[in-house]
Amino acid sequence: MYKYFLRLLASVLLLLGFSMSANAEFKVGFVYVGPTGDHGWTYQHDEGRKAVEAAGIKTTYVESVPEGADAERVIRQLAQSGHDLIFTTSFGYMDPTNKVAKDFPNVKFEHATGYKREHSNVSTYSARFYEGRTLLGHMAGKMTKTNVIGYIASFPIPEVIRGINAMTLAAQKVNPNIKTKIVWVFTWYDPGKESEAAQALIDQGADIIMQHTDSTAPVQVAEKAGVWSFGQASDMQRFAPKSILTSIIDDWAPYYVERSIAARDGTWKQQDTWHGLNEGMVAMAPYNSAMGSELVKEVEKLQKELASGKAHSFTGPIYDQKGNLLVAEGKVADDGMLAGMSVYVKGVEGDIPK
Amino acid sequence: MIKIERRDETSNIIYFLTPVLAIFLTLITGAIIFYLLGFKPLEALKFFFITPISDLYGLSELLVKATPLCLIAIGLSFCFKSNNWNIGAEGQLTFGGIVGGGVALLFYNHQGFYVLPLIILAGAIGGMVFAMIPAILKIYFNTNEILVSLMLVYVSKLLLDYLVVGPWSNPEGFNFPETRQFSDSARLPILFEGLRIHTGIFIALISVFLAWVVLFKTYLGFQIKVSGLSLKTAKYAGFKGKTMILLVFMVSGACAGLAGVGEITGPIGQLHRMISPEYGFTAIIVAFLGRLNPIGIVFASLIVALTYLGAETAQIFLQVPKYTGQVFQGMILFFLLASDFLLFFRIKFLGFKKYEY
Repeated sequence: MYKYFLRLLASVLLLLGFSMSANAEFKVGFVYVGPTGDHGWTYQHDEGRKAVEAAGIKTTYVESVPEGADAERVIRQLAQSGHDLIFTTSFGYMDPTNKVAKDFPNVKFEHATGYKREHSNVSTYSARFYEGRTLLGHMAGKMTKTNVIGYIASFPIPEVIRGINAMTLAAQKVNPNIKTKIVWVFTWYDPGKESEAAQALIDQGADIIMQHTDSTAPVQVAEKAGVWSFGQASDMQRFAPKSILTSIIDDWAPYYVERSIAARDGTWKQQDTWHGLNEGMVAMAPYNSAMGSELVKEVEKLQKELASGKAHSFTGPIYDQKGNLLVAEGKVADDGMLAGMSVYVKGVEGDIPK
Repeated sequence: MIKIERRDETSNIIYFLTPVLAIFLTLITGAIIFYLLGFKPLEALKFFFITPISDLYGLSELLVKATPLCLIAIGLSFCFKSNNWNIGAEGQLTFGGIVGGGVALLFYNHQGFYVLPLIILAGAIGGMVFAMIPAILKIYFNTNEILVSLMLVYVSKLLLDYLVVGPWSNPEGFNFPETRQFSDSARLPILFEGLRIHTGIFIALISVFLAWVVLFKTYLGFQIKVSGLSLKTAKYAGFKGKTMILLVFMVSGACAGLAGVGEITGPIGQLHRMISPEYGFTAIIVAFLGRLNPIGIVFASLIVALTYLGAETAQIFLQVPKYTGQVFQGMILFFLLASDFLLFFRIKFLGFKKYEY
């Protein structure tokens, strides 16, 4: 008996919530995995949020939300407190986002880097970071003296492996002798571990350091050791002014503004977005003049070609480490293959952790 | 000159009232901090402590959050009462989660009623065995249990990392560091549809009751209490100190293991790297705030759980920085320890005249 009563009560509350949110002002919520001051992943998402705010739409954010049992409550609270569109900006929020989306059909959800869209009010989005990695590879191949490129990797997921492969392929194209050495740190943000990894790679002869982790530690270590480095997620130039050749910048602002306006005006539709250099979701920080104006011109040209589709990061022939053909000559890898990438290309040292 | 001396007597009533005083002082200081940050103090406090639990969903979330804290703190109270400093509940929680999660994955295709009890049992045993390591090292090699138990936290977390990245990762999960979602028969049943409160709360309540019985109604409880008050007396009375060390660590580990398995079979439903937002460490605050008393711990776990929820709501509605939650937890502990100091010691102002010892 009381169970029905509770259910009735819950539905009344839910209705109340809906009617309240229907009357209230349009609001967009953001859930962050790190602190907004990480100068990497979360920092860039927050820059995107500020752009939405600048477009005249009210926003709210919750930072440092652990990807465990707490995520669902935070997402639900945002939905319950009248937010009409909610961006959940880390992979670990995938299941909680879909769970909450089921209970709030009138609220729109956007989940970054995931692949589950279980309800019509859930979209996913990510960036083609690998296009930026291709540019990094080109520069690394030209700039290295030791022919060893050091790569600090977070988790062996397709996104990270894609970046390693794209970089290696581009570097090989300009310098067939290069080797990519990888240290897996199994974290997205841990300055201590990241600097240890950078130092270990430098000790192994790497004179180029790049990372798929979010702190500024690796570029700072590179600056001290006098080797070249690249910034990740945001422009990290000021943390290593001599060492940084450029940074891959995640620019979420245009997407966030576009989707927020669409949701406000009622034109929002479910979609799976994968934008790159062309749409500006991946951008490059100013190139360091230390690499010479000729190389800068080359890279700028390649950047244009990648953006226009004239060049592709994964153009055949591509072989895996054992020499099996992955992409035939004259072909490019399709998005399905990119999304599930789980083997290294030839020239990468070591094995993917299993 | 200032002299600090131990009071001859301390009032029992005041001993249990100081936590309330600590909370009161925390609220006042919190209001001042909110004011200095530019918020309206009363409004901020309302969003912090009242809004989160103003509906059914909020109350359910409070209990979801308090359940693991309460369970772990109950276990820790056995250790702390007997002067055994188990700081590694977080590791015992993690290891319990690993063992329980392993069983859940092993029985992935089984639908029987026995699956869930088996997982829970495995989790408790996992936590228990993991807690026996610092206990045995302390008994036989006289090692410092604080260090050993703390270091084992990192061991268990790294082991979990290894498992979810490698051998136990979801075969259909694109190598993301997580296992599959457990089958429904491996999940703690939800109490009310639409809310997350689950049957794990009964495990916590039963533990509270059992702890109360053991601590206050049994010879073992008496031994624990005496050892905590004076180790020499305990030795003189002929209590078997070594057995007791092992026993309190086992109880503590089992409780932490249960908390871990309750999280993964409750609100989370799988193993990944973030099965606990450091419940094992926060539970230390809970244990002391609850005066190592089972009933006190129940209240303390609710209050500390509320500081978590409050930090989230205050951030959503007022954009108060999230870390204020931790500031509140820190303040509660600080005021509690400070008032304890004044409770047990008296400060004498002796003036500046020459003092003869």
